[in-house]
Amino acid sequence: MGKVIVVTSGKGGVGKTTSTAALGAALAQNGERVVVVDFDVGLRNLDLVMGAERRVVYDLVNVIQGEAKLTQALIRDKRLESLFLLPASQTRDKDNLTTEGVDRVITELKRVFDWVICDSPAGIERGATLAMRHADMAVVVTNPEVSSVRDSDRIIGLLDSKTLKAERGERMEKHLLLTRYDSVRAERGDMLKVDDVLEILSIPLIGIIPESSDVLRASNMGAPVTLADARCAPAMAYFEAARRLRGEQLPITIPGDKRGIFGKIFGRKAA
Amino acid sequence: MSIFGLFRKQKSAPMARERLQVLLAHERASSGSDLVAILREEILAVIAKHVDLDADRVHVKMDRDENMSILEIDVEIPTNSALKAA
Repeated sequence: MGKVIVVTSGKGGVGKTTSTAALGAALAQNGERVVVVDFDVGLRNLDLVMGAERRVVYDLVNVIQGEAKLTQALIRDKRLESLFLLPASQTRDKDNLTTEGVDRVITELKRVFDWVICDSPAGIERGATLAMRHADMAVVVTNPEVSSVRDSDRIIGLLDSKTLKAERGERMEKHLLLTRYDSVRAERGDMLKVDDVLEILSIPLIGIIPESSDVLRASNMGAPVTLADARCAPAMAYFEAARRLRGEQLPITIPGDKRGIFGKIFGRKAA
Repeated sequence: MSIFGLFRKQKSAPMARERLQVLLAHERASSGSDLVAILREEILAVIAKHVDLDADRVHVKMDRDENMSILEIDVEIPTNSALKAA
């Protein structure tokens, strides 16, 4: 039976889709079977970040409404044969997602794949609660910024109350993925530090992704950053996060700390 | 601005941290969950059976930690309130 992960945040634009694609590709590079599911019905974007936008024929809503089979809607990645995408619908809205339909699709996916990664829409409405409903664990994507931290706190509350795990009285495993982190600004005192965010949200950290132009470059090209340039700093941070998702215990590294002596001296002086 | 202005400029991250801590403590306690509201109503009903009390003087608060949640119940009973059971 595969594991279901929801990638969620409450706030939009913090990197849910980027992280879904990057983690999916990182997990699939080990040969494990991975499907990334876009729950953002009406505003789909995971297909674009994955570079599969021209290959979408059927989508999640078609499958839920019985207009297509799951095998017809799944798109196999051109670079990694164990990575698949289930796209969201572009033309219809979230009301087309039924609880029973989502239940059926996720149950089927869990049987075939090792990892089912659900890319949640922003907000705390139906689309977001359906995306988290079946999750075994949650990746809460947060930027070191006040509104993102506040929204993540709301989402953590929902994960503990509106999921099947919560309804069964079980504990939802939640992990913090801190994205767009700039260690120089944090060191200077102009950005919340890792420890600040951890103390406020009190969930364990699964990775710190540095602010980097490599992320935009990858999405421009239509490739998960872990496939576009596996050696760049954000990709390496996503690979580490993926290993932690598998249960490996790795020490957390703060990206940018190896910036070199000049960066450090400059960072301190500006304080 | 003089060059010394740069050194006097207040760091903003501690402000962000403090504002969030205050805000989230409040939000978790109030709107956070329906559970707190339900508990508050039921606790109030049970105590009101035995003691006259003001509904506004019952505070129920839920605090979340990594390993556990703490439910805090604070009930103020006025000194002149008659114990109904007595």
